[in-house]
Amino acid sequence: MSSLLNDHHKIPSGFRKILYFHWPLALLLVAVCSAGFLMLFSVAGGKFSTWAEPQVMRFGVGFIAMIIIGFTPISVWKSLSVPAYLVGIALLFYVEYFGATGKGAQRWIDLGFMKLQPSELMKIALVMIVALYYDWLDEERVSKVQWVLPPLILTALPMALVLNQPDLGTAILLAGGAGVVMLLAGVSLWYFGGAIGAIIGVVWAVIGSKGTAYQILKDYQYRRIETFLDPSSDPLGSGYHITQSKIALGSGGFSGRGYMEGTQSRLNFLPEKHTDFIFTTLAEEFGFVGGITLLVLYILIILCCYVTAMQNRNRFAALLTLGVAATFFFYFSVNMLMVMGLAPVVGVPLPLVSYGGSAMLVLLGAFGLVQSAHIHRPR
Amino acid sequence: MSKAQKSKLGRRALLLGGAQLGLSGLLGWRMHQLGVKQGDKFRLLAEENRINIRLQPPARGLIYDRNGNGLAINRQVYAIEIVREQTKDYEAVLHRLAQLIPLSQEQIDNVIKEMTRRRAFVPVTVATGLEWEHIATVSANAPALPGITPRLGLNRQYPVGADFAHIVGYVGPVSDYDLSKIDDKDPLLLIPRFQIGKNGVEAEIERPLRGKAGLKRIEVNAVGRVMRELDGQASAPGINLQLTTGPELQRFAMERMQGESAATVVMDVNNGDILALASAPTFDPNKFVNGISVADWRALNENEFRPLANKTVQGLYPPGSTFKMVVAMAALTHGVANEREDVYCPGHKDVNGRKFHCWRRRGHGNVNLREALRYSCDVYFYEMAIRVGIENITKTARALGLGQKPDLPLPAVRTGLMPTKEWKRVNKKEDWFIGDTANAGIGQGFVLASPLQLATMTARIASGNQITPRLLNMFDNKLTPVTGTEKLDFNPAHLDMVRAGMYDVSNHPRGTAYRSRLSGGEQMAGKTGTSQVRFITKAERDRGVTKNKDLPWNRRDHALFVGFAPFDNPRYAISVIVEHGGGGSKAAAPIAKDVMQKALSLGANEYGPLPSQKRSQAKPPKKTRA
Repeated sequence: MSSLLNDHHKIPSGFRKILYFHWPLALLLVAVCSAGFLMLFSVAGGKFSTWAEPQVMRFGVGFIAMIIIGFTPISVWKSLSVPAYLVGIALLFYVEYFGATGKGAQRWIDLGFMKLQPSELMKIALVMIVALYYDWLDEERVSKVQWVLPPLILTALPMALVLNQPDLGTAILLAGGAGVVMLLAGVSLWYFGGAIGAIIGVVWAVIGSKGTAYQILKDYQYRRIETFLDPSSDPLGSGYHITQSKIALGSGGFSGRGYMEGTQSRLNFLPEKHTDFIFTTLAEEFGFVGGITLLVLYILIILCCYVTAMQNRNRFAALLTLGVAATFFFYFSVNMLMVMGLAPVVGVPLPLVSYGGSAMLVLLGAFGLVQSAHIHRPR
Repeated sequence: MSKAQKSKLGRRALLLGGAQLGLSGLLGWRMHQLGVKQGDKFRLLAEENRINIRLQPPARGLIYDRNGNGLAINRQVYAIEIVREQTKDYEAVLHRLAQLIPLSQEQIDNVIKEMTRRRAFVPVTVATGLEWEHIATVSANAPALPGITPRLGLNRQYPVGADFAHIVGYVGPVSDYDLSKIDDKDPLLLIPRFQIGKNGVEAEIERPLRGKAGLKRIEVNAVGRVMRELDGQASAPGINLQLTTGPELQRFAMERMQGESAATVVMDVNNGDILALASAPTFDPNKFVNGISVADWRALNENEFRPLANKTVQGLYPPGSTFKMVVAMAALTHGVANEREDVYCPGHKDVNGRKFHCWRRRGHGNVNLREALRYSCDVYFYEMAIRVGIENITKTARALGLGQKPDLPLPAVRTGLMPTKEWKRVNKKEDWFIGDTANAGIGQGFVLASPLQLATMTARIASGNQITPRLLNMFDNKLTPVTGTEKLDFNPAHLDMVRAGMYDVSNHPRGTAYRSRLSGGEQMAGKTGTSQVRFITKAERDRGVTKNKDLPWNRRDHALFVGFAPFDNPRYAISVIVEHGGGGSKAAAPIAKDVMQKALSLGANEYGPLPSQKRSQAKPPKKTRA
């Protein structure tokens, strides 16, 4: 659209920004969210008010927020990176001591009209501050050990807090988001090789510490890992989720059993059918075709981000855009790996589709940042 | 952003994008694997999740007596079942249930044992025979009793109870032992406490009586709640049976034998219909239906009179003097005896230097065939048996239905024994002695027969036809054919000679059963028998013959009587045995007389219609105008 306008050397201002909005990206987001409404309507047994209605309302709020954030110059967001990070850390500390408890984890701040998950907010704030750091950092220092440490500390702090909740899924997403920004910023690949080695070491330590006094994870997390490795070992216990999820996915076949015809979800064989496992219902009712379609929509969203980031000469904006895209990618890939039995069940929702306010608002807000970077890119 | 930074960012973005695309490819491949490659398998698993198949037990076929009254019927009862997989803490649920219905700790323990043995989705019966009030309380408390469901079921009942216990038999809960014994893949047998025939006709005609299971496919949700019924297949009830046996005569015979260990068989000489098949003492089959208690079982098993045995077909006895008709027929048929020849009876006969006594120590003097039967002279039949030989006796016995297994739907029907020389060589590893033939001549020694076989023999002598016993009149509402109406391969004149002797037994003032002759103008022809159980030792012989009365019960002689009536136009044949009852004329003949009198008093004794037929008869057929 912007190419239709003759003064493309100037950054647009006022309501003219609406013309420079990244509409393809916005439409893709609407498409994915709509798939979510459709599925939430289905898993509620054809009731709109149960899950679909609140989700639509949150989407409305989130979409407006996206536009407002998009209209705000990227420089403003750049300057708010540090406060956002500090607020995120403060909120994580807050839930640690005052948060509401749900499903064995302290994750929420009850704001009355919605439950806020600071860890969701933190995913974006961390990407912002790491992008800011590398925007500021001199080119030559990028791979120097003392200059690699600060972003690691910035990442480790919120990770430690969410692991303490405990929320393994968010911790992985935090590390992934920050790691991707560091990778894009040009940190030597040796560090990443080292990090992968370290992860293997940690995994070894985690498994080795099981049953000892120094046990790193909670028992239920160990069970989830064991179940992941062999779901059939306990088909009615912890393995139930994965087994039933795979049955639902597979039974959809090529073209699915038809909308609202999925027996696995309708008869409650699926766990968490409106949140983490919603993809299984989608695949059950729309089959392989439906699953691939959603995957392609997700990939197109990522692709939009890549294209705009590559066109952006603002280093902060480019890093932020790709960081948001990477976080988004981690969301759906970890969720899909999990429900398809390729990764342990770590509790990551399917972005923009699973029922849940925080993730929806934070992700639309994050894409608002991408929009802002797109609209206000230097020309 | 510097040029170098930008190009580095570009390269790194390409690297990252490539990795992400690769991971996306993995996701797509996995979707294809699950949904397309293995889709059918998972589809099947989803269906298995969703669909439960419930067996619908069929109604067991009913058994009617000759008059069309129910002998084995199904009564509606309420039962309570529990499904293990539908309840987390089944022990707590059962204890809660025990506060609502009568349920002992022992029963709870049994149910838990049963439940852990079966698969989790199999409903286990907790209690049966409950009242409606119990069901109402349980239903009202349903939320506190997950996994508990009331069920309307059918329970077998035997309204007449003990009288027909040996014929009809009984059903009982299927046991692991039953399952190991029978090769039957019927899924009904896997239903815990499913009732199958364990004895009598119930056991022998088990499969047709059981019927076919129906199936109901139901959709259930994850916790097992039934969402809807999909489709199904109705169960097919078992077939109905009508016995030839009549209730009045059967009951009369049972009552008449009270206090004895005895058996009475009454048979129609024209078609073989078994009108009474009574074995005393008897038992209550209703006690077995839901599993008999250990105490009751022990009492039945330890009873010296063997109430559980059906002595009419399972009891084998030396036929004693009732066998003399067979010897007479053999001798006549093979021309070694005739009507006029006298045999002198001095009270004993010497066979190869061994003394064979007549029951009358003083002897009968000169006796012909008719007199020999009348007085039951042993010496005459020693003589005839030796003359005709064991092979001919056995052949004649077989022609009269002895030594052959009667074809009846009853368990453990016995063949009896009609010996041959070959048989003795094989089984006793000994040669046949002439003394064995003499013993066989008076129905002792190796000769063994059941009361049913003796009744068949008598019916054949009375009718001259190859009568075979018939216990089922209707099978699945169809008449069962009458077989064995062909003539016997005997000279009718010879049969008449034997019948004349039997006539004298009951009607000649010196006949052995004269005191048990029929009153009221009818005449019975019969034969008494007394068969030795004991082996008389040399010491006993020297001491002189001990009186029967002085012996312990189980060493006394068996008392037998066979007969038919009326003499001129025979209708019924009867055989009676009183185990260790002493003399045939004293213990068996009076019973036979009373039972025969009762049978004759029943008049035409025709079949009564079955209830379904009664109904169709009540409705007059609609007339359609052409």
